Amino acid sequence: MELVLVNIIDGLVTGLLLFMLSAGLTLIFSMMGVLNFAHASFYMLGAYFAFQISLAVGFWMGLLIAPLIVGVMGAGVERYGLRRVHQYGHVPELIFTFGLALLIEELVQFVWGKNQMPYDIPDILNFTAFSIAGNSIPAYKIFMIFISVGIFIGLLYVLTKTRVGMIIQAALSYPRTVEALGHNVPLIFMGVFGVGTALAGVAGVIAGPVLGTFPGMAFVLGSIVFVTIVIGGLGSLWGALVASLLIGWITTFAKSYNIAMMDVLGLVGLRPPENLDDSLLRDLWTVTSPQIADILPYILMVLILIFRPYGLFGNRDA
Amino acid sequence: MSDQTTSQPRTGSLTGSLSFALAPWIVAAVLLLFLPMIFQANSAITIMNQMWITVIFALAYNMLLGQGGMLSFGHAVYMGVGGFFCMHIMNWDSFERIPLPLLPVFGGLFGMGLAILVGAFSTRKAGTVFAMISLGVGELIAACSVIIVVFFGGEEGISGDRTYGLPFMGVEFLKQIEVYYLIAFWLMISAALMYLFSRTPIGRMANAVRDNPERAEFLGYSARWVRFYSFVASGFFCGVAGALFAINYEILTEENLNTASSGVILLVTFLGGVGFFFGPILGAIVFTLVQTVLSLQTELWAFYAGILFVATVMFFPGGLAGVLMMHVPAIRLGKAKLLLVPYIKTLIPAAIGILGLAALVEMIFHYRHASTGDNEMTLFWTTFDSHAVMPWIVVIAVIVIAFGVMRRNLPEMTDAWDEANHAEEG
Repeated sequence: MELVLVNIIDGLVTGLLLFMLSAGLTLIFSMMGVLNFAHASFYMLGAYFAFQISLAVGFWMGLLIAPLIVGVMGAGVERYGLRRVHQYGHVPELIFTFGLALLIEELVQFVWGKNQMPYDIPDILNFTAFSIAGNSIPAYKIFMIFISVGIFIGLLYVLTKTRVGMIIQAALSYPRTVEALGHNVPLIFMGVFGVGTALAGVAGVIAGPVLGTFPGMAFVLGSIVFVTIVIGGLGSLWGALVASLLIGWITTFAKSYNIAMMDVLGLVGLRPPENLDDSLLRDLWTVTSPQIADILPYILMVLILIFRPYGLFGNRDA
Repeated sequence: MSDQTTSQPRTGSLTGSLSFALAPWIVAAVLLLFLPMIFQANSAITIMNQMWITVIFALAYNMLLGQGGMLSFGHAVYMGVGGFFCMHIMNWDSFERIPLPLLPVFGGLFGMGLAILVGAFSTRKAGTVFAMISLGVGELIAACSVIIVVFFGGEEGISGDRTYGLPFMGVEFLKQIEVYYLIAFWLMISAALMYLFSRTPIGRMANAVRDNPERAEFLGYSARWVRFYSFVASGFFCGVAGALFAINYEILTEENLNTASSGVILLVTFLGGVGFFFGPILGAIVFTLVQTVLSLQTELWAFYAGILFVATVMFFPGGLAGVLMMHVPAIRLGKAKLLLVPYIKTLIPAAIGILGLAALVEMIFHYRHASTGDNEMTLFWTTFDSHAVMPWIVVIAVIVIAFGVMRRNLPEMTDAWDEANHAEEG
């Protein structure tokens, strides 16, 4: 029972981290109809910038400055890259962001090399917050939860309660009408793109010390983030939240409980074949849940797409 | 992409248009036949084998991207799975009764089978949704390759021996050159079939659905089925490419399935140009050559490829083929020679400037990442000390002067371009 609680906390950390990325991605998608493939690359840039800044002025300034730089870069990409490619249509836009993702990964390797950076948890947070039945919960995890929940509440407040949020929401659905009312819609787009990438940057800053700061970090998380927003329904913020938490918990639980396929199939009355080593299905029989934990999101996505193509919370027409 | 057409309707008599249409194919066949006699070195044949396999794959990819408007981020999977199945056939006891040249048919059928399964749910929508699904499915299958060891062979992959097959007209495919002709044969067949596919009503409808799915539906065609057919056909030719890969390399690993390979084929196709049938062919040839040459010269080759790719998307969305075809009106008007001198005056400084930038990048990289004490580096056949000031001044001066000259001559080129594309009155 105690282990369940520990896993719930771990899954929550992963899920909220995913949500910080998928929230920005979904906002950008519902606004411009283009999926930013380079989104996870901005997450990586956040981690690297924060590392570089933390060398000079410490972790906390990194947490403050790095997302700002990433956000400005994101806005620049929208202003000078995407807006230019937009005239050719959606597919070239996608290809552009894909190319950008490749380029950023190469750029990071060019500047920082291929090795993992020694970007560590700050000393002030490097202690055990509390322990549940002998499993210690590091304070940094609690800090991550607080940061992400804080950002989520802030985002929700800005989007639903402020004038700026109202204009953004309106611009998401009816950009032309909003433009006719005298608002600068391209500026709003650029701003939302910048904020979305800055959110990814924040995620990078706080995830870098835990998940490692290395050139492959964008790729590792990137495809999971896309899966998340497909599962949640493209363009739905609540869907992104639910799907992120779902994926966070599923992968965490699959990793910590060693459920063997043999037992699962045994429950429904199937018996393994006599000569298991020669059987063509032997991999199916011997597979365990930690082995497939990383592909569970993809399997979930395929199932969702088959039975509910518009995602959990998606709009049927989207 | 939507503003380019794959071909103009031809005019003129039937026999005339037929010989005109056949001419490129005959030239290609003759070239394929005689190239290994010109380049006899083993390494050259290896490169050509790789090149032709990439051509088939890129053409198959363009059936989706260029002709159907569907962007797939996991297309390596269809080639890979076709190849894996062929490898299993090669390791099968009954392989000695199957002639090797038939193997690509099986590869194609398996690639097609997978495409039918995936296409059943992925072709519902085009655009972003399709791209996402293709990425997810690609990742899923690539990740499965480490888990399903029986089929994918885990991390070390599976290997086989092509020579166990039934000898075909006395040829056992021991030598590289024999494999070359096998690949060349399948290249001609697949390219011709893919070209003919683009001429069939279904191929034409794929273009229509790409440009305006709503209107195509009003005409009574199901956009989804049209996409599905293109997808399945593309899967078949990917499988053919996979089978040829299996025959040529005799080993397949997880690398043949992963997203990096899918990204490379997107890059190849887009660089070549998606708007024209010959674009991907051009892209595959140029990319393979550049890759072979550059990857020997510099560690940063993927960095340059990334820059080239992003620049192509931003400034030349038609790719290489698009840039070439831009000159057709000028040639038709007989004014192409007007462009020659301005081109030389502008593009040569530009090329020097770009090489200078590349040199600067290499020097920064060497300065940052070379082991301490290793200050010597060799660039463009010159060896110098990367920590001295002089080389930096020289390189920056070259860049500034080259781009300065380019800027000065640029108006001349645009004027010449306008003049060359301007028909005389009357």
